[in-house]
Amino acid sequence: MKFRSVFDIIGPIMIGPSSSHTAGAARIGRVARTIFGRQPKWAKIHLYGSFAETYKGHGTDVAIVGGLLDFDTFDNRIIDALIIAKDIGMDIEFIEESEVPEHPNTARIILGDELGQLEIVGLSIGGGKIEIDEINGFKLRLTGEHPAIIVVNNDRFGCIASVANVLAKYEINIGHMEVSRKEKGKLALMVLETDENVDEQVMEEISKLPHILQVARIVE
Amino acid sequence: MLFRTVKELVEIAEREGKKISEVMIDQEVMVTKRSREEIIAQMEKNLQVMENAVEKGLKGVTSHSGLTGGDAVLLQKYIEKGNTLSGGLILDAVSKAVATNEVNAAMGLICATPTAGSAGVVPGTLFAVKNKLNPTREQMINFLFTSGAFGYVVANNAFISGAAGGCQAEVGSAAGMAAAAIVEMAGGTPSQCSEAFAITLKNMLGLVCDPVAGLVEVPCVKRNAMGAANAMVAADMALAGVKSRIPCDEVIEAMFRIGKSMPSALRETAQGGLAATPTGRRLQQEIFGSPQK
Repeated sequence: MKFRSVFDIIGPIMIGPSSSHTAGAARIGRVARTIFGRQPKWAKIHLYGSFAETYKGHGTDVAIVGGLLDFDTFDNRIIDALIIAKDIGMDIEFIEESEVPEHPNTARIILGDELGQLEIVGLSIGGGKIEIDEINGFKLRLTGEHPAIIVVNNDRFGCIASVANVLAKYEINIGHMEVSRKEKGKLALMVLETDENVDEQVMEEISKLPHILQVARIVE
Repeated sequence: MLFRTVKELVEIAEREGKKISEVMIDQEVMVTKRSREEIIAQMEKNLQVMENAVEKGLKGVTSHSGLTGGDAVLLQKYIEKGNTLSGGLILDAVSKAVATNEVNAAMGLICATPTAGSAGVVPGTLFAVKNKLNPTREQMINFLFTSGAFGYVVANNAFISGAAGGCQAEVGSAAGMAAAAIVEMAGGTPSQCSEAFAITLKNMLGLVCDPVAGLVEVPCVKRNAMGAANAMVAADMALAGVKSRIPCDEVIEAMFRIGKSMPSALRETAQGGLAATPTGRRLQQEIFGSPQK
C-alpha cells in the first residue's frame, strides 16, 4: 500500500498550484538536502517527463529549490526561492531531459559543496507523496516520511549485522530496511527506516564501524 | 490494515454499525499508532485551511498568469440575485470549489484533496452543504475523513495524479470522495456513500489532463466546478436510492485501466487536448514568450 495515511489523501497543506509538481517537488528537494546534511552550495536539477514539460507553470523549479533551502510545503518563501538562492550564492542549474522516465514526475538532483556531493533521484507519485528511487547510483525505495539512516559501506559480510547491533544497543527499532549494491564485493548501500530519530552519538558510533564509509540520516 | 477496497470499507461500517468516517479514523489510529485526538486535531487544521481558502477566493484573487481568478465572485453575485436555473445550493458549491482553485492557481495556501489541482471539490461541496444541513464542527471534520477513506482506496488501487491517470484520477476521484461524504453528512448509509462515489466517478471516466501552458488553471478551475456539481447531483441520486449497476471497486478499476491506456500527451504534459488548441498554444506563447520546450 503506497498510501498509508488519510493525510496522504486529505493533505498536505501547501502553497499551490500542484501537489505533485509543487508540494512533491519541494519534498524531494528537502529530502535531498536532509540526506546531504547541510545547505548545498550548488545544485544541478535534471527534470524528466511531465516535470520537464511543465515545470515553469507549476512552480516545480521554485519548489525544488525551496526544498533545498529547507522550506516545507506550506512555507510562503517557496514562491521566492530562486531569488533567495541567488542572494545567498547558491548556484542552480535546470536541465530538461527528453528521455522517457519510468515515472512521469522524476527529478535527478546532484547537489554539493567544496566538501562533497550527492546524487539522488526522486519521484513525485501523486497528492504530494514522494519516493526516493536512487542515491549515488544505488537503487532503493525511501519515502522520507520516517526517520532513517543511509549507510554506504564496503560489501562485506557482517556489515549489516554490525549496524543493526548498534541500533539494538540504543533500543532503536527498524521499521523497514533495504540493501543495494552495484557489484558484488564492491560498494553497498543500506537504508534503515527507524521508529525513532537516530541521534548524533549513534551516527558516530556507526560511522566508526569497520567497512562503513559514510552515514547520513533523515530526522523526523 | 482494516480495508483495501470500498466493498471491505462498507462491510466493516455496516457490520460494526459505524459511519465510514469512524472506520477511517480507526484505521488511521491502527496504522500510525497516534491517538484519536491527535488525528482529529490534524484534520481540523486541514478544515481550517480549506475554510480560509474559500473565504479568500470569494473575495477575489487573480493568478500570476492572469488566466484565472474572479469567477467565484461573479458566481456569488449571480446567486444573490436569486434567479439561478440550476439552484442556489449547487451553484454555491460550484463557486466555493472555484474559489479554492483560484487561490491555488494564485500560489495561495490550500489543502490538497486529494491533489492541489482538484483541491476545490471537497471543500466547495462541504461549505455549501454546511448551510443546508447545519453540521457540527465534528461532522464537518468527519466529512473529510469519509472523503479520505474513498480517496485512500482509489490511491492504493488506481491513481490520484493527472500525470499518472489523467483528470479522471484527480477531479474524478475528488468528486467521488465529495459525493460519498455529502451522503454521510445528509444521513445516508455507508452503502449509499459507495453508490454515490460510483455514480460520480462513472461520469468522470476518460477525462484527460490537458492544462493550457502546463498551468493548473485552464481548464482545472472549471473542472473543479463541474466536479462539485457532479458530486451534488450524484449524492442526491444515491440518497434517492439509485444504485450503480457497476460496483464501486470495479468503477475504480475501470478508471485505472482507462488511465493506463491514456497517451502521455493527455496526462499533464500540456501537449494535447485543450493545451494543443490554437488558443491554448497562443496563451502559452503569451505567458512564457516561447513554448517551454
